[in-house]
Amino acid sequence: MSEDWDVVVAGAGIVGAACANECVSRGLRTAIVEAGEIGGGATAAGMGHIVVMDDSPAQLALTSYSQGLWRELASRLPASVEYESCGTLWVASDDEEMKEVHRKRALYATVGIASEVLDSRALSEAEPHLSPALAGALLVPSDGVLYPPCAAEFLVREAVRLGAKLYSQFKVISAGNGLVRLNDGTELRAPRIINALGSEASTLVPDLPIRKRKGHLVITDRYPGFVHHQLVELGYLKSAHSIATDSVAFNVQPRKTGQVLLGSSRQFGAEDSTVDYSMVAAMIDRARAFMPEIGTLSAIRIWTGFRAATPDKLPQIGPWQEDPTLFLAAGHEGLGITTSLGTAKVLVDYLMDGETGIPIDPYLPARFVRSEAHA
Amino acid sequence: MKQHFDILVIGAGPAGIAAAVRAAESGARVGLLDDNPAPGGQIWRKGAALPAAARDWIAKLDASPVVRLHGWHVFAHPASGVLMAESTAATDREAAELHYDKLVLATGARERFLPFPGWTLPNVMGAGGLDAMVRGGLPISGKRVVVAGTGPLLLAVAAHLAHRGAKVVAICEQAPVGRLAAFSLRLLDQPGKVMQGINYRWASRNARFHTGCWPIAANGQGSLESVTLQRNDQQWDVACDYLACGYHLVPNLELPVLLGCRIQNGFVATDKWQQTSIPGVLCAGEPTGIGGVELAILEGQIAGLAAADRISVASGLVQKRSRFQGFVRALANAVELDPQLRTLPSAETIVCRCEDVPFHVLGGYSSQRDAKLHTRCGMGPCQGRICGAATQFLFGWGADSVRPPVLTASFSSLAAASCAAGHASNDILNQNRKDTHTL
Repeated sequence: MSEDWDVVVAGAGIVGAACANECVSRGLRTAIVEAGEIGGGATAAGMGHIVVMDDSPAQLALTSYSQGLWRELASRLPASVEYESCGTLWVASDDEEMKEVHRKRALYATVGIASEVLDSRALSEAEPHLSPALAGALLVPSDGVLYPPCAAEFLVREAVRLGAKLYSQFKVISAGNGLVRLNDGTELRAPRIINALGSEASTLVPDLPIRKRKGHLVITDRYPGFVHHQLVELGYLKSAHSIATDSVAFNVQPRKTGQVLLGSSRQFGAEDSTVDYSMVAAMIDRARAFMPEIGTLSAIRIWTGFRAATPDKLPQIGPWQEDPTLFLAAGHEGLGITTSLGTAKVLVDYLMDGETGIPIDPYLPARFVRSEAHA
Repeated sequence: MKQHFDILVIGAGPAGIAAAVRAAESGARVGLLDDNPAPGGQIWRKGAALPAAARDWIAKLDASPVVRLHGWHVFAHPASGVLMAESTAATDREAAELHYDKLVLATGARERFLPFPGWTLPNVMGAGGLDAMVRGGLPISGKRVVVAGTGPLLLAVAAHLAHRGAKVVAICEQAPVGRLAAFSLRLLDQPGKVMQGINYRWASRNARFHTGCWPIAANGQGSLESVTLQRNDQQWDVACDYLACGYHLVPNLELPVLLGCRIQNGFVATDKWQQTSIPGVLCAGEPTGIGGVELAILEGQIAGLAAADRISVASGLVQKRSRFQGFVRALANAVELDPQLRTLPSAETIVCRCEDVPFHVLGGYSSQRDAKLHTRCGMGPCQGRICGAATQFLFGWGADSVRPPVLTASFSSLAAASCAAGHASNDILNQNRKDTHTL
C-alpha cells in the first residue's frame, strides 16, 4: 500500500504530537506514525514542568517562547492534561546563590518573563515545608505543570480531528528521500518527513549526535498542600564539561492529584531501565537537605526514562543536511514538554518558508557538522 | 535493621509456614516474613476455629527456630540476594535489609473483583474480605448476606458466616451447573474435599444456591440495601445488608515478577523442586497455580526441603503433589468466567477505585499501560492490584509491568535501599557539585 502526504511525522511523543498538530493546522495533509503508546516514551517518564531556563541564550529563547505558547493553549486543554500555572521557585541556599537569583530575574525580564525575588521569610511563607535556613528564591509565576501523556494525546486527537491520520502501533522501518516505510510494508510518500523519535531518532538517522541520558522519578501517595510550586534548586556554578557525570538535583513538583513528584537524576551510559537505588537515595538525600520532612512521605512508584541529549543541550530542529526531505525535531533532553510547542512552531514556520517566531539557527542540525569541520 | 538468612521465606500462609518449618529442620537459619501480625495468611486467619492442619502447622512453626518477621512487607529488590522490607506499623516505619542465600516466595493469592454498578457501595465486599472482617470482629449475627462470584471460597465463606449467625439469603455461583457437576466428579478421588464441600453446603443449607447466576447491581442510598441478581433471562432483587462477592483468586505475582521469575500462563513457572527461572529463588502455593491449602502445604514443604538441599526427603512429596495436577486444571475450568460478565459494568461504573476511573473512558486503549498513561487506571496506591485482574478480563489486556516499590514505602526506607545495593549516595552528591541541572 502506498499513500501520499504533505508531511509524515515519525513519533507521537509530545514533540511529534505538537509537530503533527501544527502541520495540520497550517493546512498540510499529515500522517503520524507511533509504534507504542501516544506519549509513552520519554514523554511519559518526564515531570511535565513547563519552565523557562537560561543555560544558554538559545535555550532561554526557545523555553520562553514555548512557555508563552502553552499559556495561550491552556484554556483549551482538557482537565486530563492537569495543566496548572503553579509557578517555579528557584531556591537559593546561600547569599552567593541569591546573587544568581537577581541575575536570573534581570535576564528573564529581557525576554518578557516577569519574576519576583523572595527573601528567606517570604520563601518560608510560600513553602512552609522548605528548610528555614534557605536564603530565598526566584518565583517565576508564569511557569506551570502538566501531565505529559495526556497533553500528547490531546495534541494528537486535535490533529486527527483536523484531518491527520494516525498510524498507531506501526513502526517506522526507514525514512528518507521522501519515503517512509512501515513494518507492515506500507509506504508513505511525502516531500517532508519529520523525525520526532526522541532518543530513538538515531535509529533512522545514523551518526545523529543524540545520546540517552537516564533519569529517575519517584511519586508519592496524595499529600494535598504539602508543596505549592515547582521547587528547583538553583544549583552550583556551571561547568561546561559537566555533561559526562552522574548527578542529582532537588526538584519537587506538586501534582494536581495532591501527589508529590520527586526528581531528578541524570546518568549517561546507563542503558537499562532498572531502578538504581543509589540514584534514588541521592535524590532523597538531596531533597531532605532542602525539605527535611519529605523523608516521611510514602512513595508509591519509582520509574526511569531516557532523555535524548545532545552535546550542547539544545534540540535539533530543522533539515538534515544529507537529505532535503528529512527534518529533525529531536534531542530535547529534559525540556521536551516545555519546548514541544515552540519546536513545532519554529519547524513548521521554516517548512512553510515563513518567518520563524524566534531564529532557528541555534537549533539547526547542521551546527554539529560545522563544529566538527572546525575542530 | 540488617539480617542474613540461609533461607528467607516470604509469606506466612500455609505454603510459607510449611516451607519455613521444613527448611529449618536441617539447621539452616530460616526467616519467615509476612505483612500480617500473625501467621496463617488469608486462609488460616485468626478469629475463628482453625482446621486441624492449620493448628498442626502453626504449632510446628512455634516449636521451630524460624526467625519470624510479622508485620513487615517487602518493597524492593535492590541487588541480587537482598530484599528490602518495611515495618507495617503505622507509627514506626523502620526499614530492614534482608540478605539471603535462598529465597522461597509464598506470596499467596488475592480475590478477583469484577466491577458492576454499585460495587463501590459500603457493605459490598469481597467474599474473603467479608470473611476476614468477621474474623476481625465485625458483628454479622442476624445480618442478611448474599454471597456471590465464583469458586470454592464462596461455600466456605457462606458456611462460616452462617456459623457466626448471619442469614445467608443467597449463594450465587457464576459457573453453570454442568461445569460444577464435572468438577464435583473430578473431586471423587479427593474424598477430603468432597466431605469439606458437603459440610460447607450443610452449614449454609438455608441459603438458596443459584448456579449460572450473578449480581448485576448493588442498590442502596449511601449503603447497600439490595442486590439485583440475574440468571439467564431472569432478574430479581434480594434485600440484604452485605454482599460478599469475589470471582475466585488471582496470584500475587508482583514480587516474583520484580525478581525476574518467568511467568507462564499467568503463574510462576517452577520445576519439580519448586525452583523458578531465577537460581536460588523458589516459589510455592497459589502463585504457581491456584490449588488450595493441601497443595500449598505440599509445595511449601518441597520448596523448603529443596532450598535446604534435602532433595531426597522432598522426592516423596513430589509424588504426592502430582495427584493434585488434575485438580488444579479442573478447578481452573470450573471457575472460568462467563463472557457475559464482561457486560457487567455500565458506562459510569468505576473500574479503578484508587483513581475513580469509569468504565467508559477505557475503551480504545491497547494495553494496561496505554490506559494507565492516559486515564490513570491502575496508577493509584494499590498499583493496579484490584483493577488489573478486572481489566485483563474485560479488555483482554496483558499484565502491566511491575515497578518498585511493590508496596508503598517511605522515602526514608527507599534511601536505605541504596546501602543494600552497595552504593553510597555520597559519591553521587560529591559529583553533583560539578554539575548543574534541573530536569
